[in-house]
Amino acid sequence: MTSRLSAITLNTFREAMRDRVLYNLILFVLLLVASAPLFGQISIGIERLILVNVGLSSISLFGVIIAILVGIGLVAKEIEKKTLYTILSRPVRRWEFIVGKYCGLLMTLVVNAIFMTVGFYIALLITTHGLHQADANLLVAIYFIVLQFMMMVALTLLFSSFSTPIFSAIFAFALFVIGTFGEDLKNFAAMSKGAVKWLTTGVAWVVPNFASLNVISQTAHDQAVSGGLILFNTLYAVLYSAAITAGAVLIFERRNLK
Amino acid sequence: MPAIEIKGLAKTYSTGFWKKQTHLALQGLNLNVESGETFGFLGPNGAGKTTTLKLLMGISFPTAGTATILGKHFLDPEVRKKIGFLPEQPYFYDYLSAPELLDYYAALSGLSRPDRAKRIGPVLERVGLGDVGKKQLRKFSKGMLQRVGIAQAIIHDPEILFLDEPMSGLDPLGRHEVRELIQSLKDEGKTIFFSTHILSDAEALCDRVAVIHKGELRGVGVVNDLRSNVAGKSEVIWEGAEALPAVRSLLVESHVTGKSVRGIVQSANLDSLLEKLRQRGGRLISVTPLQGTLEDYFLAKTTEEQAVKL
Repeated sequence: MTSRLSAITLNTFREAMRDRVLYNLILFVLLLVASAPLFGQISIGIERLILVNVGLSSISLFGVIIAILVGIGLVAKEIEKKTLYTILSRPVRRWEFIVGKYCGLLMTLVVNAIFMTVGFYIALLITTHGLHQADANLLVAIYFIVLQFMMMVALTLLFSSFSTPIFSAIFAFALFVIGTFGEDLKNFAAMSKGAVKWLTTGVAWVVPNFASLNVISQTAHDQAVSGGLILFNTLYAVLYSAAITAGAVLIFERRNLK
Repeated sequence: MPAIEIKGLAKTYSTGFWKKQTHLALQGLNLNVESGETFGFLGPNGAGKTTTLKLLMGISFPTAGTATILGKHFLDPEVRKKIGFLPEQPYFYDYLSAPELLDYYAALSGLSRPDRAKRIGPVLERVGLGDVGKKQLRKFSKGMLQRVGIAQAIIHDPEILFLDEPMSGLDPLGRHEVRELIQSLKDEGKTIFFSTHILSDAEALCDRVAVIHKGELRGVGVVNDLRSNVAGKSEVIWEGAEALPAVRSLLVESHVTGKSVRGIVQSANLDSLLEKLRQRGGRLISVTPLQGTLEDYFLAKTTEEQAVKL
């Protein structure tokens, strides 16, 4: 089982690498590093704040876009091109295929995030003329971005397991937007009454809460993130991703491929 | 114990979004394939050949029926280690090289890293791709891709091979090469189940064939027996075209060239024809029994229904 999972994971990663998905990050890193001196000129005194907000938001957005663009084709492309036929005829269980695909795309995004983080810290080093103790807090924000990737990969995979790539992209992006305003949804639910309250509360619990994973602004202002929140968000992202991936497996296990 | 035993396998597809319509792709298929046999699964396009293979490979699920392969349920993972599958007009990950692709498939089939390293080179040599190096599959010709397809099907040395239209879309040379490859696998004692609508391939390679049409099994048997089923015709050549009107009703077909007539007659009518020719002064040149072909059998089985309707 492990060898089959790792084979599918590595092949998914290799596909993303050779499809040049990761090359966008080189462009991103170069742009960020090259523009670093500009931040000092256009925003005196708050250059670090702007760089952190722009840099980390870009890492998050780039990753989510890659998660959606690659994720929507993970299963659909294998069905369309019939490469799945030669996989399912082997001793590969359908859940192994889905989990392997999940791990492969997540691996791609993590490698992506590592490269972008290095580029981001180089830009920070140039802008602020050295790294400081508070800059370590930024790693927590990046860790939360990776947790966000975990959930996005699971969601795109879920949609990819039963829908066309275009609809999968629409569904996944819609959920990303809704999830980004997850806290507002909860606040709305708290203010509502009757059936609307039940409905919005239900939706707020089901959609991914990306708002709680966004601590970019907090860390940009040198505010530390509590250990409790790190633990809670880790558990939340792992459990949410596991539940959504299990849903994708359940759908795919029953799917007749044409 | 048969290598493959198909029991009442059926598949119905639903089409349409609001108003569901059902399409019966396969009707209660019963079939046995013996170990070491090369079995041809014949039928015109849309007959149900690929549907059958998809069901056996676990790609889609049967509406009814089941199958065993090597005595175990066909979806048993242990069975999957012992089968190889080549889909129709295969497409492979074009960003991989042939050795990378084979390594991936061998890993999925459960081969250890050392075993994979040992097998990839010889298998590529065997399919005539020993010199492709690290060239990506996107640069391969159709014939080369078909050979890669066969290589991935045999990389784990399976006992049974399922090949869906293995010669489809290949030029004559490519077809010849693939045919040679299948012959060599047959000589090794592999059980081969292959679907095709190219009858000459089936005739050349198969021990037994089955004919499927509109999802229904129309006939199955040893190739030579099936040929003789549709034989029973003779070619009669005589001189004396004036005798033709009197015997035309006995002939399946006839051609006149100058004074000579060439007629095809059912063997049952041969004596009557010869008698009438003698009476009408026809001078007999030759009588030759005709050998039936698989094509005759195939056409007979796939046009039965049309003939009844007409």
